[in-house]
Amino acid sequence: MSTSPLLEVDHVSKDYARGGLLSRHRLRAVDDVSFTLEAGRAEIFSIIGESGSGKSTLAGMILNVVTPTAGHLRFEGTDLAQIRGRDAHRRFMARVQPIFQNPFESFNPLKQLDHYLFITARRFVGADEAQAQRLADEALVKVGLSLAEVRGRFPHELSGGQLQRVAVARALIPSPALIVADEPVSMVDASLRMAIVNLFKTLRDELGIAIVYITHDLATAYYISDRIAIMQRGRVVESGDARRVLADPQHPYSRQLKGAVLQPAPGA
Amino acid sequence: MNALKVLRDLFKTNVEFAIGAVLVGIVVVFALLSFVSPYPPLDVYLVAPDVPPGWPHVFGTTSRGQDVFWLLTYAIRNTLLFGIAVALMSRVVSLVVGLLSGYKGGWVDRVLMSINDTFIVIPLLPILVLFFFVMRDRMTSGWLAVTMALLGWAYDARLIRSVAMSLRHREFTRTSVFSGMTTREILQREHLPYVLPIVFSTTLNNMNWSIGLEVTLSVLGFTDINTPSIGGMMYWANQHTAMVAGIWWWIAFPVLAVMMVFIGLYLLAVSINEYIDPRSRLSRIGAGA
Amino acid sequence: MSPEPVLSVRGLRAYYRTRHFGVEREVRAVDGVDFDVERNQIYGLAGESSSGKTTLIKVIAAALKPPLQVVAGRIDFAFAPNLLSLDADALAKVRWKHLSYIVQGSMSTLNPVRRIRESFVDFAARHLALPRAAFERAVAEHLQRVQLDPAIVRAYPHELSGGMRQRVTIALATICRPEFIVADEPTTALDVVVQKEVLDMMRSIQRGIGSSVLLVTHDLGVHAHLADKLGIMYAGRLVEEGPTTAVFAQPRHPYTAHLIASLPRIGDAAQRQPLEGNPPNLAAPPPGCRFHPRCPLAMDVCKREVPPMTSLGSGHRVACFAVNPA
Repeated sequence: MSTSPLLEVDHVSKDYARGGLLSRHRLRAVDDVSFTLEAGRAEIFSIIGESGSGKSTLAGMILNVVTPTAGHLRFEGTDLAQIRGRDAHRRFMARVQPIFQNPFESFNPLKQLDHYLFITARRFVGADEAQAQRLADEALVKVGLSLAEVRGRFPHELSGGQLQRVAVARALIPSPALIVADEPVSMVDASLRMAIVNLFKTLRDELGIAIVYITHDLATAYYISDRIAIMQRGRVVESGDARRVLADPQHPYSRQLKGAVLQPAPGA
Repeated sequence: MNALKVLRDLFKTNVEFAIGAVLVGIVVVFALLSFVSPYPPLDVYLVAPDVPPGWPHVFGTTSRGQDVFWLLTYAIRNTLLFGIAVALMSRVVSLVVGLLSGYKGGWVDRVLMSINDTFIVIPLLPILVLFFFVMRDRMTSGWLAVTMALLGWAYDARLIRSVAMSLRHREFTRTSVFSGMTTREILQREHLPYVLPIVFSTTLNNMNWSIGLEVTLSVLGFTDINTPSIGGMMYWANQHTAMVAGIWWWIAFPVLAVMMVFIGLYLLAVSINEYIDPRSRLSRIGAGA
Repeated sequence: MSPEPVLSVRGLRAYYRTRHFGVEREVRAVDGVDFDVERNQIYGLAGESSSGKTTLIKVIAAALKPPLQVVAGRIDFAFAPNLLSLDADALAKVRWKHLSYIVQGSMSTLNPVRRIRESFVDFAARHLALPRAAFERAVAEHLQRVQLDPAIVRAYPHELSGGMRQRVTIALATICRPEFIVADEPTTALDVVVQKEVLDMMRSIQRGIGSSVLLVTHDLGVHAHLADKLGIMYAGRLVEEGPTTAVFAQPRHPYTAHLIASLPRIGDAAQRQPLEGNPPNLAAPPPGCRFHPRCPLAMDVCKREVPPMTSLGSGHRVACFAVNPA
């Protein structure tokens, strides 16, 4: 069986045009980024950057909601630009799922949460009513909740941490190979944050799911990543093994980032 | 959500809703009386003409020998049905165009909005008069309703489109996409609740607009004489120079009836609108800060 | 002998009371808070969402708006005793000159159609009561003191970066040398690198003027870096308070201890345990100690009675029956 890599980001760039008719100039949101995630070896790959670093745009391109201006993105050998038509899109989405930053916005505040779980089951797994309930419950149990707790609930009835867990459960239902998490814990309370972060570790270790983890928080990146890439203004300035890079950063920007981190410890 | 309970709560707590409901209720009851009218609406010279309000002709009689009260029941019924028909038909078009345009963007948006803007700039009265001239006797109340519905959706479609555009970028829309929902499902299930308040307030606007336009056309003589309406009554009153002749009751009561409709619908729409607006719904169920 | 505190809060209770379509809700955002802030001190107030800290500082900064109501308690500033009893005119005199308030997301509160210089005039001219030229000189001096280029007064807010805008806002809030500054999440939306610069700026201003700062943020790293004294809020009440180093080195309340232990640190890859359970619903909070549903040390008394704040010496106080048996 061919071992094409899970995800290949190949010299990808994204430009946005700014300005009017007479003075257009290009804003390079992502500038010639390349990295590869191997298949069969699940890892947590963190992309660290501040606002304006292009990390969210890169996430959008991996999820195939933003089209690159240059370069290619290949998932399991298929170029994302070739994915056309509803069926092909669905097959892709079954393998790559997102987690968004704001747990309270990830679900329609006027609708019950279980609706999203059931429809994901129906559409991606072809489940009927009873199967959908079972799949939803299994997914929720994996994240430390249960269908009984979530059934009939609206988003505002749960805390940010619980909502993010429901989001992860929903993403797990199609049994994806890759989860792209864009700042998944930055809006979650500190006391609930580690539950989600530990959950990502479990997904990698027990379910073999690769995770692209996008954040500006070096401490959580240090805690769970296998590899990291640090982005500044669209370019990757440093990348490699997470512990090694963060223990001894080489690039001046990486050093500046690390120096600016405020450790929650006495005498900081 | 028990609809009856909600309506009852609204009635008790919201003054505008209560007054609006009462006004519209009176008008609807009045319209329903048309089914028990002793006089067929199109026959003339059934009773003594020009009789002032009294008993047995509570609202008086017209110069054409019709009882104003019973004639009005038919007129208000037809006018109401007309307004509702136009509003419903044009809402459907506005919603489809607005939601599709706002959500899809790109060339779909550009094409639909070009068509939309063309309809906005069409001057209505001349076009409608033209239709009447072309269709003559075949222009029934029903066809007029269809025509006005096809002319009255464009402005509201743009309003709906702007809401749809802002919804497109919200994170729960992306969650819906990644949950495998089709575009139609997303628009219907996720976005429609946010769009409903606009639909509601524009429905009222639309009803008032269509009824007003119908009255205007009728006064000018462009009316379906086989379907008595408020406008029709005013037309005949003008033909018989009722105001000059002192037959004030022939004009006053239709005007009063249509005013009750306008004000009642306005109050209802404003209060229901506030109730179903997502922001107030959220704060009611405790989600808003 | 310790000098009189610049802020003294006693028994404060502030609730949100709403009525919509016949449904009444009472959210007990602040439910019995007592603490003091000394002169020349940065007091950090830490807590998560639904801890009540944002409501608390709204009340302290006299920025109350319905449906928020003060139900009980007293706030005394050294320059404005019994703050809650002051009317709008008296409050206006106190604001900006003695008490300034940096609101959350304040970088977007600069008027976008007015230059920075005009914002300074709008906010501060009335209080400083100087002729125009002298006022502009005072502004330039102040900006220099906080290491901002005085030329930025000519700019519009959108021409500046987020970090610059925040620094301008802080400069605005401090130009009248107020005795008390309330800062609500001053660096939350800022990049990590800029955040450190802004915090250092705040500290140098504070030391320079000698004012006191009530700094509210959920970010414990910020508190560790800046606060002299730290208060931890949970579900509308203060659960622990003490000098920052003491609280971090030896957190006594189970919530504080778990919180600090659960935060990851660069250089330390050990497994971290999250806190069990969920933050309480302030419309229907648990009886007794509000932390008891999530507390590993919970006892029977915790479910019935509210633990009082008891002193552990050297300014360190805790409200917990496990630490101070009832």
